[in-house]
Amino acid sequence: MNGLASAAIKMAGLRGAAWALDPRIEPGRHAALRPAGPESARIEWLYWVIFWICLVVFVLMMIGFARAARISSTSVSDRAILEDPQGDRRSAWGVGIGLGITTLALFVVLVFSIAEGRPIEGVATQNDVTIEVTGHQWWWEVAYPNSEADLRITTANEIHVPVGERIAVVMKSGDVIHSFWAPNITGKRDLIPGYASAISFQVDTPGTYHGQCAEFCGLQHAHMGFSVVAESKREFEAWQRQQLQSAIEPSEPETKRGRQVFLTHACVMCHTIRGTTAASQMGPDLTHVASRNRIAAETLPNTPGALAGWILDPQSIKPGNHMAANALAGDELEALITYLESLK
Amino acid sequence: MPVQTTARLTDSELHERLERTWGHPKGVWGWFSNVHHTAIGIRFMVTAFIFFLLGGILAAVMRTQLAFPENNVLGPDRYNQFFSVHGSTMIFLFAVPMMFQGFGVYLVPLMCGARNIAFPRLNAFSYYIYVGGGLLLWIGLLLNVGVDTGWFSYVPLSGPQFTPGKRADFWAQMITFTEVSALGVAVCIATTILRYRAPGMTLNRMPILLWEKLVVSIAVIFAMPAVMVASSLLLLDRLVGTQFFNPAEGGDVLLYQHLFWFFAHPDVYIIFLPGTSIVSTLVAVYTRRHIFGYTPIVISMIATAFLGFSVWVHHMFATGLPPLGENFFTTATLMIVIPTAAQFFCWLATMWNGKLQFKLPMLWLFGFLFVFLIGGLSGVMLASVPVDLQVHDTYFLIAHLHYVLIGGAVFPMFAGIYHWFPKITGKFLNEALGKIQFWLFFVGFNVTFFTMHFLGLRGMPRRIYTYAPELHWSGLNLLASSGAVFMAVGTLVFLWNVGSSLYGGAIADINPWAAGSLEWGVPSPPPSYNFLYIPTVNGREALWSAVANQPVVTGLRTDIQEMLVTHSLDSEPQYREETAGASIWPFLTAVAVSAAFVGSIFTAWAVPIGAVPVTIALIAWLWPRGSSSTSKRATALEPLAYER
Amino acid sequence: MNGEKPRSALDVSKLPTVAFGHTNVSLLGNVFYMTIEGTMFAMVIATYLFLRTRSTEWPPGDHMPPALRYGMINAVVFIVSVLPARWIKMRAVEQAREKVQLGLMVLSAFGVVAMVFRVLEFGTLNCRWSDNAYASCLWVVLGLHSGHLITEWIETVTLLAISFTGRMRGMTFADASINSDYWYFVVATALLLDLVIYGTARWF
Repeated sequence: MNGLASAAIKMAGLRGAAWALDPRIEPGRHAALRPAGPESARIEWLYWVIFWICLVVFVLMMIGFARAARISSTSVSDRAILEDPQGDRRSAWGVGIGLGITTLALFVVLVFSIAEGRPIEGVATQNDVTIEVTGHQWWWEVAYPNSEADLRITTANEIHVPVGERIAVVMKSGDVIHSFWAPNITGKRDLIPGYASAISFQVDTPGTYHGQCAEFCGLQHAHMGFSVVAESKREFEAWQRQQLQSAIEPSEPETKRGRQVFLTHACVMCHTIRGTTAASQMGPDLTHVASRNRIAAETLPNTPGALAGWILDPQSIKPGNHMAANALAGDELEALITYLESLK
Repeated sequence: MPVQTTARLTDSELHERLERTWGHPKGVWGWFSNVHHTAIGIRFMVTAFIFFLLGGILAAVMRTQLAFPENNVLGPDRYNQFFSVHGSTMIFLFAVPMMFQGFGVYLVPLMCGARNIAFPRLNAFSYYIYVGGGLLLWIGLLLNVGVDTGWFSYVPLSGPQFTPGKRADFWAQMITFTEVSALGVAVCIATTILRYRAPGMTLNRMPILLWEKLVVSIAVIFAMPAVMVASSLLLLDRLVGTQFFNPAEGGDVLLYQHLFWFFAHPDVYIIFLPGTSIVSTLVAVYTRRHIFGYTPIVISMIATAFLGFSVWVHHMFATGLPPLGENFFTTATLMIVIPTAAQFFCWLATMWNGKLQFKLPMLWLFGFLFVFLIGGLSGVMLASVPVDLQVHDTYFLIAHLHYVLIGGAVFPMFAGIYHWFPKITGKFLNEALGKIQFWLFFVGFNVTFFTMHFLGLRGMPRRIYTYAPELHWSGLNLLASSGAVFMAVGTLVFLWNVGSSLYGGAIADINPWAAGSLEWGVPSPPPSYNFLYIPTVNGREALWSAVANQPVVTGLRTDIQEMLVTHSLDSEPQYREETAGASIWPFLTAVAVSAAFVGSIFTAWAVPIGAVPVTIALIAWLWPRGSSSTSKRATALEPLAYER
Repeated sequence: MNGEKPRSALDVSKLPTVAFGHTNVSLLGNVFYMTIEGTMFAMVIATYLFLRTRSTEWPPGDHMPPALRYGMINAVVFIVSVLPARWIKMRAVEQAREKVQLGLMVLSAFGVVAMVFRVLEFGTLNCRWSDNAYASCLWVVLGLHSGHLITEWIETVTLLAISFTGRMRGMTFADASINSDYWYFVVATALLLDLVIYGTARWF
């Protein structure tokens, strides 16, 4: 596609819709018309092409009906039935031409859609990074598989990718239908029990991109977010190395106490912290929980206060989710938070 | 052949006899025994409108919840019930019952020139079973166990593992109720149109509304079984442990979606095509001319209904189907635009070379043109798979569906109400109040739903009970919610208009709009027997092409409810049929069937046990009446018609 | 309007009040319902075939395919039952009450026989409906048809009862004829579903 034409289309469309698209949104704020990679850029371009065709059609039809209303208005007391065979003959031509133009416009939309669809839908055979995502009610299990079992990274809700490289995401569902959607990056794909699915994309602009489950999946569908962190290759590899390590051994007494609290309470029923005895996979892996930007599937910031509130009473923040409340004394809670915040 | 005769009875004598034979039964028992189509049609329309209001209230509360981020008007459980019941109510309890069943049952026999609808007891039964379904859904909501899995209730979320209790069962069985109702009415309407048309009303002279109802009836017949199967299989999975949708035991999750959307996409045309026939009918009346492009419009409706069965997978583009399959459904989805575009161009041509009279229904029609066109164009965007993958299941989609459904059904509905209210009730609705209602509703609608396009593009998915302030959705949500206030006020103005017009409105005479179809040839409101004499027809607009001494049909019995059956193509008279009169059995059978359906949600034994009262009621229904309505003399003397 | 003024009139008083065959309006209603139910069968068959394409093994697991015996016996019963159904149609046109009554009795008897064998057929499907999707399909397909068989039998018996009351008028004879048409539908769908149930498990 002609870069100049596409830029012109984008500019015209953007200016037209600028009042609705908040210019203060930083790159990284999710929006389908703020592409961060080639897939979403293709979709955005296609959107504007179809948008302009639709706008022209709409304006022409409205002008037509307005003119028809104006030129043919009569008094409401005129009851005589009109017959205008000559006018109708002209109309027949008009209708025919209108239908021809309509068919042509639809054909254009079809051709462009198929053309732009092909590169998006396909999964490249050669991918630089492959990620496995499993959808659960109401969080995202994220894994970076490797042929060697101890080089497999497991985390939750936050996906890191290197900028400019081809990423494949292989998806499955652990319970009901979910949908993986990061609008800045590419279109959505459903995670369907009984089916495995894969999409492929590339992120060219570094940043943190918000995603959200887009298929109604129950009580906390509204709070099933995730983020995609696109960073330089060097930063990505550093992140990978960090994630591969087992949990940092606590050195301070407070931190040790916190680990003790973790291991003796209900936490171990659902969470893994590699390097300890906690190995349940029912809930998100917490080995490096302090390295994440947000918690509870993007619902809360990762701060001590938010974490404390979440642990004490998750039901008040995400009512109906599968994490029960934890009755902890104040000092126990403080120690636990200190420990968890140390798990970078 | 018609001949000059002198009638043996004066008009008032004939009126008295017919009134005695056809008069609506009185009292409470009589109300439940009434099987005349005008009564049942009014009940469909009133009940459907009540559900429209109820569904609207749910929407208003939802918009209140979403007006501010992290609001707590509704928690997640309540909100999920609200949006599920809102969608289910609007589609199953309002749109089809109003647009197809309400307008159809009331208008079709009158437009055909018949005294009643075909199979009047089946028609009445269909109304009561519809009410049963509506009660089931809403009682669930009011008891806080309403369906909470969306109006299409995808598995496995709605399956036994993830939705314990009865919530999804209430929904699935409500589907059974409403589909049985719609199918019953479809059979009645299709038979009426094919076999009870007045002599002279060949297929080529049928009003467009009759063509549309015939086409939609066929679409109902082919579409509804798919959702009955989908909901029944869901019920079986939940109640007796079948494994249709359980992938672990050979079942398939997408099977449900295919079955559901195979029904649900044609369903939206079942809702939309009645809107287009109201537009075609009214445009002709209010431009004082025949509709331009009668044949293209008829073909367009047939093509739309037919193609409507070939596009369902466009609801499933995000499920990861093979690209070739997706391209086929994009092609079909874009193709279906063409017949609707043809209708738009024909309406434009009618107006262009007509004498437009700006009465209130025309205002609503212009509103329809504006709103539905936007909806249709956003539909073109959705047809494109890459774009759909961004906006599917977002507020962009919610904007689209409301533009096409409210534009395509609600706006024509209000136009039709203002147009036919004088005929149905004998009173005019107030024009000034009507204009106030229109502008409130039109402005409010666009403020609410146009805004949602942007919310979707900004990443707001549908069916979320709240959102964080950092997502920059707050301002647009507040704007969308404020539009809802205008719509609500507009609807209240409408209710005031109806109430005050029923009691104090201007009296309407027989044909205030000088319209051309047969319902405008009987008094307002129509007598219990519709036509003093069954008319004959010379042209597409029966009253406009009637001559001074237009022949009427004589020779039907006035002591029993007798109707004239005519040939399906050329409407030549074939035989006289004694039609069913008042009967309590449709109501009682509906009660028995409702009990069996509801019981079967709780135990499978309800099916064999419930079958007993249903069978008894059905036998009583079908048992021939005593000799008061037929005399042996008649049976002995009448010749028989043989199959040729 | 004064009724004494001459006006152009189309007199239909000589038209018959009973119609047989495709002129009869109730037949049209029945044809619509056969279309509805046929579409439902088509959806259920499509469901079965769709699930078949999603499996490699069919029947899955250790299931034996459904036993042929009672299905084949019933197929014969259904095919032979076409004869009394046709006889009823021919006698109904003549409005011969006693002959139609006899025909309805024979047809009802065939219905009972078919229902008995149907019960035995369920027992030899070699699976329980909750075992897996394949089993669920078999039970639902057979169950749907059984529902049709039962309701059609009740209608036949009701007509039979009416024939004893002396209320059998012209149109009731037409109804008996239409009942036979519906019986043909039950037979045709029985044979089709036999093919689906027994054939798919063995050949596809």
